[in-house]
Amino acid sequence: MIASVIRPNSLSPLQRREALNGYIAILPWLLGFIIFVAGPMIYSLGLMFTKWDLLTSPSWIGFANFQKLALDPFFFAALGNTVFYTALAVPLQLLVALGVALLLNANIAGQNLYRAIIFLPSQIPIVATALLWFFIYSPTNGLANAIMSGIGLPQQRWLWDIHLVKPALIVMTVWMFGNAMIIFLAGLQDIPLQLYEAAEIDGAGAWRRLRHITLPMLSPTIFFNLVIGIIASFQVFIQVFIMTDGGPGTASMMYVLYLYRIGFEELNMGYAALLSWILFIIVLLITLAQFAVARRWVYYEGIRDD
Amino acid sequence: MTSALNKSSSPSIRVHGNSARYSVIRRLPVHLVLLAIALFSLLPLLYMVSTSVKADGMEFAVPIEWIPQVLHPENYARAFIRFPTLTFLRNSVIIVVFCLVGEVLTGAMVAYGFARARFPGRQILFFVMLSTMMLPQMVTLIPQFILFRELGWINTFLPLIVPAFFGGHPFYIFLLRQFFMGLPAELEDAARIDGAGFFRIWWSVALPLAKPGLTTVAILSILTHWNDFTTPLIYLKSTRNFTVALGIHLFKDSYQMRFNQQMAYAVMMTLPVFLLFFLFQKNFIRGITFSGMGGR
Repeated sequence: MIASVIRPNSLSPLQRREALNGYIAILPWLLGFIIFVAGPMIYSLGLMFTKWDLLTSPSWIGFANFQKLALDPFFFAALGNTVFYTALAVPLQLLVALGVALLLNANIAGQNLYRAIIFLPSQIPIVATALLWFFIYSPTNGLANAIMSGIGLPQQRWLWDIHLVKPALIVMTVWMFGNAMIIFLAGLQDIPLQLYEAAEIDGAGAWRRLRHITLPMLSPTIFFNLVIGIIASFQVFIQVFIMTDGGPGTASMMYVLYLYRIGFEELNMGYAALLSWILFIIVLLITLAQFAVARRWVYYEGIRDD
Repeated sequence: MTSALNKSSSPSIRVHGNSARYSVIRRLPVHLVLLAIALFSLLPLLYMVSTSVKADGMEFAVPIEWIPQVLHPENYARAFIRFPTLTFLRNSVIIVVFCLVGEVLTGAMVAYGFARARFPGRQILFFVMLSTMMLPQMVTLIPQFILFRELGWINTFLPLIVPAFFGGHPFYIFLLRQFFMGLPAELEDAARIDGAGFFRIWWSVALPLAKPGLTTVAILSILTHWNDFTTPLIYLKSTRNFTVALGIHLFKDSYQMRFNQQMAYAVMMTLPVFLLFFLFQKNFIRGITFSGMGGR
C-alpha cells in the first residue's frame, strides 16, 4: 500500500527547494544531452547542406548531397549489406540465445558450469574477437577450413569470397550470443513458478507450457533483446573495419564503415552528416515499428510499478 | 518475514522435485545439445589460447595441435615489445579510471535526482533520457568530432574522458534510478529529520545502500571503455596515445605480425575482462542473496 500524500500544484518553499535539488542533480545529464547529443544532431542538420573538408571553410551546396546520395551505388550497397546482415544475424543470434537459455533453465546437472563455459567466450573484447575470427577464417588452414576438411567439404576462401563473407560475419555474430542468453536467463528466472505448477495440475505438457507460459511471460525480454539487437546490428563497424575493410569489392561494406570512410578518410563532413541522419531515421522508424507491432505479441503483466 | 519466506520456499521445492524428475527422462539429449553448444562456444577460445603459444610457422599446421608439444610463452613477450604495449596499457588504464569515476558518480547523482526529487518536467525529462538509449551512437559521431576538433581536443584523452562526467550511458542512469527507488525510504526520511540536505542524504545514506547497483555500473563502465575501439580510433592519432584496443589497428599496417603473437595480444586483452567476470559473478550472486531470492 502506498499512502503517499499527493502534493498540490503550487509549490511551497520546501517543494521549491526539492525541485531545485532535483534540477541540480540531473544537471550533468541535461548538459551532456544538450552538448553531446541534441546540439550535435541539430548542428549536423545544417551541416548536411554543405560541403566541408575541415581544412577550408564549409560551403553551402543546397541539396547537392541529397542528389549525390540518390545516385551513390556505395550507399545502396552498404545499406543493402547492413539490412541483409541484420535480418539474418539478429534473429539467428536470438534464437540460439533463447534455445540455450531454455536448456540452461531446465534443472540439470552441471548447469552452472555449462552457463559459464557458454557465456564466457562472448565476453572476449570485440576487437580481440575480430582478430580471432580473422584467423579462424584464414583461407589456408584456419579453424573454419580445418573443420570443413574434417567433415569432407571443400575448403573455402571465407572473407575473401563475395558470397561467403556476409554469412561468415553472421556466423561470428551468432557465436557472440552470450549477452542475449544471460538476459533471457534473467527473464526466465522472473517467471513465477506457481504458473508452471498450475499448468502441471491442469495437465499441460512441456510444449504447451513453453507455448502458453514461458514464451508469453518472456515476450518483454524477447522484445527488449530484439530492439537493442537491431539497433546494435545497424551500427556494425569494428568487425568489418578490422577483418574485411568492406571487401571483397563492396560485399561486406556496412553502413557505418561507409559513414566512417566518407567522414574520416574522404573528409566529406557534409555528406557524412547526411548519412548519419539517414541512419538515425532508419533505426528510429524500425524501432517505432517494433513498438507498434509489440502491442500484438508482447505480454505485459499488470504489475504495478512502485 | 520468516513465515513469508517459508511460504514461498515450500512450493518451489516441490516444483524443483518435479522438474528433476522430468530432467531424468530428458537428461541425455539435453546434455548432448548443451555439450555441442559448449563446444561451439569454446572451440574458438581454445583455438586462440593454443595458437598464442605455438611456434612460428606452426599456426596453420594440420591436423590442429590443440596442445602444442613445445610451448612458446615468449610469444606474449614478443607481442608486448613489438609495439609500445606498456604505453597502450597505461593509456587504457587512465581512460578507464577517469570514465569509471565520472560515470559512477554523475550517473548516481542524476539517477538519485530522478528517483527521489519531485520537480516540474521530471516525467518528460526522464522520457527524453530513456529515448536516448535507443539513439544509435554512431549518429552523433561526425558532429561530435567537429565539436571536439573545434575545442582542439584531437589526439588527447579529453574526448574520451570528458563525456563520462555527464551522467554516462542512459542505461546506467535508468539502472541506478531503479535501484534507488527500491531502497526503503525510511532511512532517508530519518536523515532528513536529522537535518541532512538532499545531497548529503544521497552521499551518506543512499550511495552506501546502492553498492550492488554501483558495482554493476562500475563493471559495465570498465568493460565499455576497455573494449572501446571506435572512439580512440577517431580521436587518438599518435601511437603513443593509443589504447590497448586501438593497438590492434597497428596489426593491419605492420604486415607479418605473426598470428601466434596476434593471438597472444588478444588473450592479454581478454584476461582483465575474464577476471572482472569472475569478480562480477560473485557480486551478482551476492546481489541475489541480498535481495532474498537466494533461498530457492
